[in-house]
This record gives sequence, C-alpha cells and structure tokens, in this order.
Amino acid sequence: MSVPASQPAVLVEDLVVRFDELEAVGGVSFAVAAGEVFGLLGPNGAGKTTMIRVLTTLLEPTAGHAVVAGFDVQGESLAVRASIGYIPQAISVDGALTAYENLDFYGRVTGVPRRERRERIEEAIETMELAPMLGRLARTLSGGMLRRLEIATALLNRPAVLFLDEPTVGLDPTARRMVWEHLEALREHAGTTILVTTHVMEEAERYCERLAIMDLGRLVEQGEPAELLARNASESLEEVFTAVTGRTIEEAHEGRLSDVRAQRRVAHRLG
Amino acid sequence: MSAPSAASPTVSAERPGLGRRPQAISTRASTRIAAGTAAMAQAEMRKLRHDHIDIITRSVQPLLWLFIFGTAMRNVHALTLGALDYRAYIAPGVMAQAAMFIAIFFGLAVIWERDVGQLQRLLATPLPRSSIVLGKAAGACVRALVQALLLLSVLAAAGIGVRWTLVGVVGTLAMLMLGTAAFACMSMLLAAAVKERERFMGIGQLIMMPLFFASSALYPLSVMPGWLRVVAHANPLTYEVQGLRQMLVGVGGAGVVWLDFLVVAGFFALMLVAATRAYPKAIL
Repeated sequence: MSVPASQPAVLVEDLVVRFDELEAVGGVSFAVAAGEVFGLLGPNGAGKTTMIRVLTTLLEPTAGHAVVAGFDVQGESLAVRASIGYIPQAISVDGALTAYENLDFYGRVTGVPRRERRERIEEAIETMELAPMLGRLARTLSGGMLRRLEIATALLNRPAVLFLDEPTVGLDPTARRMVWEHLEALREHAGTTILVTTHVMEEAERYCERLAIMDLGRLVEQGEPAELLARNASESLEEVFTAVTGRTIEEAHEGRLSDVRAQRRVAHRLG
Repeated sequence: MSAPSAASPTVSAERPGLGRRPQAISTRASTRIAAGTAAMAQAEMRKLRHDHIDIITRSVQPLLWLFIFGTAMRNVHALTLGALDYRAYIAPGVMAQAAMFIAIFFGLAVIWERDVGQLQRLLATPLPRSSIVLGKAAGACVRALVQALLLLSVLAAAGIGVRWTLVGVVGTLAMLMLGTAAFACMSMLLAAAVKERERFMGIGQLIMMPLFFASSALYPLSVMPGWLRVVAHANPLTYEVQGLRQMLVGVGGAGVVWLDFLVVAGFFALMLVAATRAYPKAIL
C-alpha cells in the first residue's frame, strides 16, 4: 500500500467515530497526495460519508486524528473549512436562486474578497461550462447541470482539497461521464486534490488514481486500481471487494433505510 | 481519461498551497460575521424577488384578522378602548403575529436545508456559525418587513386610526425586526432538536398559538384572568406587541417602550446564543 512521501493533502490516522454503541468508522488510516484524485469506495453504510464529515469538520472524531490541507480538523477547523470545497451527496445549491446567484452566494460565504469575486465566478463559469444557464433558477436545471453548478460553487475559494460525496448518484451515464471529466480537468489544470466517495466501482476504477475500499467502518484495501487488481488476482473492483470482504458488493449494498431514502431523494431531485 | 475539450479551464495553474493560512479567514471575526449575515440576507431578498406571490399570499392572513375578526369584535363592550378603533388596537398584534408566523416556520427551512444538503455545505464553509443563524434570522426579517410595509399601506388606505409619525413607524419596524429575529432563532433551536418536518409542524403550531393568544395581541391584559396574565407577562410577544402598539397607536401596557425593547432584545440575545450552539447539531 503506497503512502505519498511528500506532505499529503489529507492524512488520516487511526480515526474512530462512534455513535453511542455503533462504530461508524473503526481505526481508519490513509493519506492522499497533493493533486491526486482519491476514491473512497464502499457500499451504503460503509462509513464513507461519516469519514467525509470528519474531514470537512462537520463531525468530531471519537479518537485518532486527521489533517486536511496542512491543518488539524479538530484544532484548526476554521482553517480547514477555508481551505476546502465540499459537495455533499444531496443537492446543495439553492433551487430558489439562479445559477449566477448561487455562485455569488457561495463566493461570499466562502470569503472570496469582493475585488476578486467577479473574476473567480467568471473562471468557474468557464471551467464548468455554465454560461448558457446562468439566469435560470437552479431548480429548473437538469441533474448534470446541477452537479456542474455545485462543483463551480465549490471552486470559488480555490480549494486545496475538494471533497465530493457520491457526486454521480442519480445521474444518467452521459451526465456521470461529464462530471468525472470536469473533475479530471480541474485536477489537471488547477492541481486541486480531489477526494471522492462512490459506490460505483467501475467509475472508481476508471477515474481515480488511488483508492481505498471501506466496509462496515473499516478500511479493507487501498492502492492504485491496477495494484488492487493484481494483488487480489481480480479482473474488476467488484471482485476485489469480494476478495477482501468475503461478500459481493450487491450483498453489501443493503444499506440503512436512511441511506436508501437519501439516495432516492437525490435521484428524484436530479430527475 | 481525456479532459473535456470544451472546458479549457482558466483557473490558476498554481497548485493550492497546503498549510498556508487561507485568505478567507485573514479578516476579523466581526467583519466575517457581518459579511456572512449580509450574504444570507441578500440571498433571501433574491428568493423573495423570484417568488413575490409568496409574500402576497402570506399577507392575506393578517388582513383577515384585521378586517373580519377586527370588524366583528369592534363593538364588543369589553374590548372598546375609548375612541380607539378596535382594528387599530389589534393592528400591531396582527402584524407581530404574522411576522412570528414567518419566523417560527423558518425552522422548517432548516430541516429542509439539512435534507437537501445545503446545511452541511454552509457548515463546511468558513462562515461563522453565529452568522449562519443571524443570516437566517435576517432572511425572516426581510420577509416580515415586506409584509409589514404591505400591512401599513392597507392601514393607511383604509383610514384606520394609526399615528403616522416617522419615529413611530421606524420604531415599529425596528421592534418588529427584533421580535422576528428572536422567534426565527427560537425556531432554528427547535429545528435542531426536532429534525423531522412533520413533527416540527405540529410543535410549531403548539408553540405559536399559545404565544399568540396568551399575549396582548388581540385584547388588553386587563381582561385576562390572573393566571393568564402571569403567563402573558412571561411571553416575549406581549412586550413586542406592547412596544408596537405604543409606537403605532399611542396606547400600550406600561407605556415604557424602552423596557419593551429591552425585553425583546434580551430574548433575541438568548435565542441567538442557544441557536448558534444547537445549529451544527441539526445535521446529525
């Protein structure tokens, strides 16, 4: 398992998150190199969203520690929040505002100085190809457009690390591909570190440079996709998952009712 | 994987620095609170502009109270207040109730925003927590202000005997904003605890109706039985309405407007602190 030698953009060491009796994350460690696309894989209930919530300072870990963009998530949470972009699984742009107003709003709340705001918004519009939809209320946009708008709003503060929680849930295959291609372009041209969770193994294999597989709150495997396939004598990440957990991904997907509801709600909003 | 050809991003090619103090938090906390609150209030104003039908439909309810309830009750002997038109007497109460209605149900928006991910997004920005709560409260104030201005216009057009002085009107709007902000914070506190929309609706009604009826919104405290008067004295809406009535109509409870302001401001401060502490818990 390779851990980057230079200062990692994300460093997680022995992280534990407990909710009363339930251990959502149990002693997880991994590192994400600056400028890489890192995928956190696993079925519903694996602990991916909990992990992202800790890394975005929304949740305090029970034990262990994590550093994001060079700042401790507990001791320097404000600096972490100012250094990241975060797109939760559910659609987070405001449907009652236009696409441009959403960009302006997130520019302001992420602390982009007034004199630079317009320029950064223009950059984000160009990067995510939003020009034709700027005057439309966000609730009238298609699923793929909404995700592009969301990513654009998360770029305004030029984040060192961009967190995306299941960014392609509810999208059709074309929109999924577009989202991934825009993320890749972002990494290539802006050097943004991207940590993305997904339960779609095929996407992870294709678009992520390195992966960590989580199951039942544990990190069960990590490395480059080719490395994982070779190490587990598998032809796909589904087979890797079965090899390291003893279950198929379909069996593991029997997530909690709340997870299923949340995904259906997102799929419904994305049309 | 190939990058999208049309995207050709123009964002800085410089890799974002790690461990470098971000620009967004280089300003003072008070400046960031003010900027964040203003951003959230502006977003609410923009939403209102896109959906002005909402404010018109919401304005119907206070008018019903004023013109149906007020007209029906104006000849009830116990409620006659000298030469004062009963409709003028209840106008401040109806205004405060309509604003409270907006504020209390702002908590529903918090639950909705949690469900759709907006709350998580906001809490993961460097926006100070207090500014998120203040911004939401400011949003409720914007809606209440527009509604109050509509109501004042109707009062003027109908010739209902209100004292039209600049100080009175400005003071009325200031008191209304303070009260609305306080009840909006209370609503957010409630939303952080309740978390389900259906349950929140029930609890919201359960809180709002007693607050309204156990206040001086519709009748003077003097007509209440002793126990209800005690409850009304502990009710912040009573002080808000008394202040509004003193400034808008020229009659009130004790007639000490600054005391009414002080009580409502204290209630606001308490709710603001409590909601700021509770708000992040709403995502769990």
